[in-house]
Amino acid sequence: MAMILEEIKKRIVFFDGGTGSLLQAKGLKPGELPETWNISHQETIVALHRDYLEAGADIIKTNTFGANGLKYLAGTEFDLDQVVTAAVKNAREAVETAVYPNEKKQGYIALDIGPTGKLLKPLGDLDFEDAYALFSQVVAIGVREGVDLILIETMSDSYEAKAAVLAAKENSTLPVFVTLIFDEKGKLLTGGNVESSVALLEGLGVDAIGINCGLGPIQMKHILADLLKVVSVPVIVNPNAGLPRSEGGKTVYDIDADEFAQVMKEIVAMGACVVGGCCGTTPEHIKKTTALCQDLPLILPEEKERTVISSYAQSVVIGRDPVLIGERINPTGKSKFKQALKEHNLEYILKEGVLQQDNGAHVLDVNVGLPEIDEPAMMEEVIKELQSIIDLPLQIDTSNLEAMERAMRIYNGKPLINSVNGKIESMEAVFPLVKRYGGVVVALALDEDGIPETEEGRILVAKKIYQKAASYGIEKKDIIIDALCLTVSSDSKGALTTLNTVKRVRDELGGKTILGVSNISFGLPQREIVNASFFTMALLNGLNAAIINPNSEAMMRSYYSFRALADLDPQCSNYIAVYSGNVVSLGETSRYSDKGEKTSLKGDITLAESIKKGLKDRAFQAASELLKEKEPLTIIQEEMIPSLDLVGKGFENGTVFLPQLLMSAEAAKAAFEVIKGKMAETGVMEEKKGKVILATVKGDIHDIGKNIVKVLLENYSYEVLDLGKDVSPETIVEAAQKDRVKLVGLSALMTTTVPSMEETIKKLRIQTPEVKVMVGGAVLTREYAQTIGADRYCRDAMASVNYAEEVFNVK
Amino acid sequence: MEVSQKEILRYLGYQGNAADEQVNAMIMECLEELKEVVSFKSIHRTFPLRLLGEDEIDCSVFRTRSHNLSKNLTDCEQVILFAATLGTGVDIKLKKYSKLQMSKAVVMQAAATTMIEEFCDMENRKLKEAYEAENYFLRPRFSPGYGDFPLECQRDITTVLETPKRIGIMLTESLLMIPSKSVTAVIGVSKKPLRCESKGCESCKKTDCAYRRNG
Repeated sequence: MAMILEEIKKRIVFFDGGTGSLLQAKGLKPGELPETWNISHQETIVALHRDYLEAGADIIKTNTFGANGLKYLAGTEFDLDQVVTAAVKNAREAVETAVYPNEKKQGYIALDIGPTGKLLKPLGDLDFEDAYALFSQVVAIGVREGVDLILIETMSDSYEAKAAVLAAKENSTLPVFVTLIFDEKGKLLTGGNVESSVALLEGLGVDAIGINCGLGPIQMKHILADLLKVVSVPVIVNPNAGLPRSEGGKTVYDIDADEFAQVMKEIVAMGACVVGGCCGTTPEHIKKTTALCQDLPLILPEEKERTVISSYAQSVVIGRDPVLIGERINPTGKSKFKQALKEHNLEYILKEGVLQQDNGAHVLDVNVGLPEIDEPAMMEEVIKELQSIIDLPLQIDTSNLEAMERAMRIYNGKPLINSVNGKIESMEAVFPLVKRYGGVVVALALDEDGIPETEEGRILVAKKIYQKAASYGIEKKDIIIDALCLTVSSDSKGALTTLNTVKRVRDELGGKTILGVSNISFGLPQREIVNASFFTMALLNGLNAAIINPNSEAMMRSYYSFRALADLDPQCSNYIAVYSGNVVSLGETSRYSDKGEKTSLKGDITLAESIKKGLKDRAFQAASELLKEKEPLTIIQEEMIPSLDLVGKGFENGTVFLPQLLMSAEAAKAAFEVIKGKMAETGVMEEKKGKVILATVKGDIHDIGKNIVKVLLENYSYEVLDLGKDVSPETIVEAAQKDRVKLVGLSALMTTTVPSMEETIKKLRIQTPEVKVMVGGAVLTREYAQTIGADRYCRDAMASVNYAEEVFNVK
Repeated sequence: MEVSQKEILRYLGYQGNAADEQVNAMIMECLEELKEVVSFKSIHRTFPLRLLGEDEIDCSVFRTRSHNLSKNLTDCEQVILFAATLGTGVDIKLKKYSKLQMSKAVVMQAAATTMIEEFCDMENRKLKEAYEAENYFLRPRFSPGYGDFPLECQRDITTVLETPKRIGIMLTESLLMIPSKSVTAVIGVSKKPLRCESKGCESCKKTDCAYRRNG
């Protein structure tokens, strides 16, 4: 084991303090890159490190916080390799020449890795794997130059922290410490909290976790308290010297070395194991802190027996309070879902996700296995899309190992994985992934001999799985036993066997259990009746997590009433909140509905009127009613088109405004859905007017404008190929060529991205001369559009519809 | 913080017209949802300013050339670099509705824009009071991209203020800010009072802008 890892288990270990603030005092200009000083002011940097070591620091951080391939380009005056190499050399020189306060001491060098300064996709424009590559570069240099450990610090985004940790662990065998920057509410900039971050980082196997920067030691105390409740590895605390304020253009901090040391003493007494400082702290702060804290007893955190998964924003503990895993993102037996997968209709999948979340799911199962699709690619894409709008943890459900690994790698958080089983082959394939990426894994109680018929047999398999997992360093708390729910109609004892297994895993093995509840009723009529009862029975036997349909009111009734009855819902307040004044009949839950619309959901509004008023639910209803007496095409011609035209004209005349225009479009879309369904039944094909490509150009990531145009074009029966945002000219040209598209719509929001719009148009002109190009976006004008060679400037969404009608000779 | 319904409607292109009941209800709904996810953060630092003639401006930590900004900073001796944001939670909401319900995405977009502007106004009022107590007067805030103030200065402002680390504003390759509801600006500090408007719209030269405030 690395020496530093042994040290932190024996005594309080000290980090150094701030670097940037001290360099500023020595003349580093605001905006100047501090890492260049490793080369240009070598002596200053060595002296700074030495001062810290002589003040009592055990670990010094290399001056490489912002050193990455984005800021330090190869071949320039300060290329990355040179800067990092010089930084480690400076640290080494300080370690070798320092006069240590305590003769036995020898300084450790931490390779300091800060954030890239860019936000990762989907929020920003840096790809996860690109971030990983940037961090890997720095790690490789640090390892080559002989650092003792890697400190990943000031991370404000769990996803970026994950990329950095993977880079550190996959390119070195060094200890990895991670400190995060929380705000005073205990949140990361991208929304994560202490608990979700710890779940992720412990899952990845980091050696110590902590907090740095952002706050002073006083403000950090309550965050430390939260951290200590959930963490099992040693804790680091590196605060700023209080809170900053600006004085004559300079940043100053509000507490001095004495006060800092006093608070740090309290922080060590709370349970921090490794302490030091960040912005504004000096060798003086560290000297006083070591003096006060070095003889304090070390309190190592206890091993927490928590089964926990997380998303980028929240964690879910799997324990006595049952966890609901929504089962609806799964193509099995769902023709519409299969079709959505084949057509790459992610909107459909996202809606399934949001609906389950709104109905009370805590976790979403994600299964996209279909023989005719590229499952690994689809799994990765669906996980990314879901995580861009839904903050629930996900369950990666696949038997395709490549899909499983890709999903686990890019997943932002600590996932639930479904599944492993007692077969040696399965365990040898899945456990290394769990060890590498972290996660809680569902373990099916079956093995080479099939599904044990008895509970005893299942318990034996469970034991075997725990044992094998332990040999990979995976703890029992990260495994949930699937007690296997078989259809009761084929074996009348089956349900009892399952329930007893659940109970025995809890009582005898001290483990957690999960069931795919709906299987129980397969082949029976009115399945919900059996499902809901079985669900309650399983909960009573200690089931910790259930894969169910949260859109089923019967299941949710079991869940809410069980919690009220099992002392999990104090004062029944959750039960009351859900059911008081909400009399719902069995079937689909109705809690999810557009609230604003309910009042006007009267049966007497015509389809045309409901489209005009933008009443989505009513439009859906009215269309269904009309279909009983009229032909689909007649409805479209007589009711819908006139109404849409009216709204469109109103928009052009300035009597209807954008939100109403879109609400009408959405109402029309809802009506179209019913009508299309009917047409499919009768074999009538829906006629499209033509195909239009839409894209936000390279470099631009704002796509609201483009999305508005898409909604309207679809309403007017155009097939829209939406290439998304930040789309390269090549991709657009290729798509236009491949589908022989007549019209391309491009959007750009900023002056800085108009050149890439111009380039796209140029390329289109050469490769696909027959294509018409319409453009729009905040900075464009008619003249500007002409200069860059567009065929038409569209000032708003209706203008693009009108131009499409022109191009396709509709009008 | 009060968020003006009227301003939201202006961003939605209503140009003084009233909205119907449904749109008003949606605005309220959006504001409620935004309040749950918004995380107001701002930062500022002050630097000496020199106007070098021929529209050249030296803000100590960066230099630029802009006629409009020079005019805005006339008689100023210091400049406040300012940045503010609503955080990434708003972007996630916007993305969600942009995928699922465009009408709501559009309304939320306008509501969030109003919110960040009003947050900036509030922060700027505090600065104004603090400076006036010491007999200094502030000019209206002026952002990169207004008039001929180069967008490239976005890079300097965010670097000097360390916005990625301090308040979480980062730039893309093409100088877009993330979170999208973020503002960077410079604010002139002068000994001479000027009828000080804290709002930025009127100081913009794009007089034919569809969203321009009337009067």
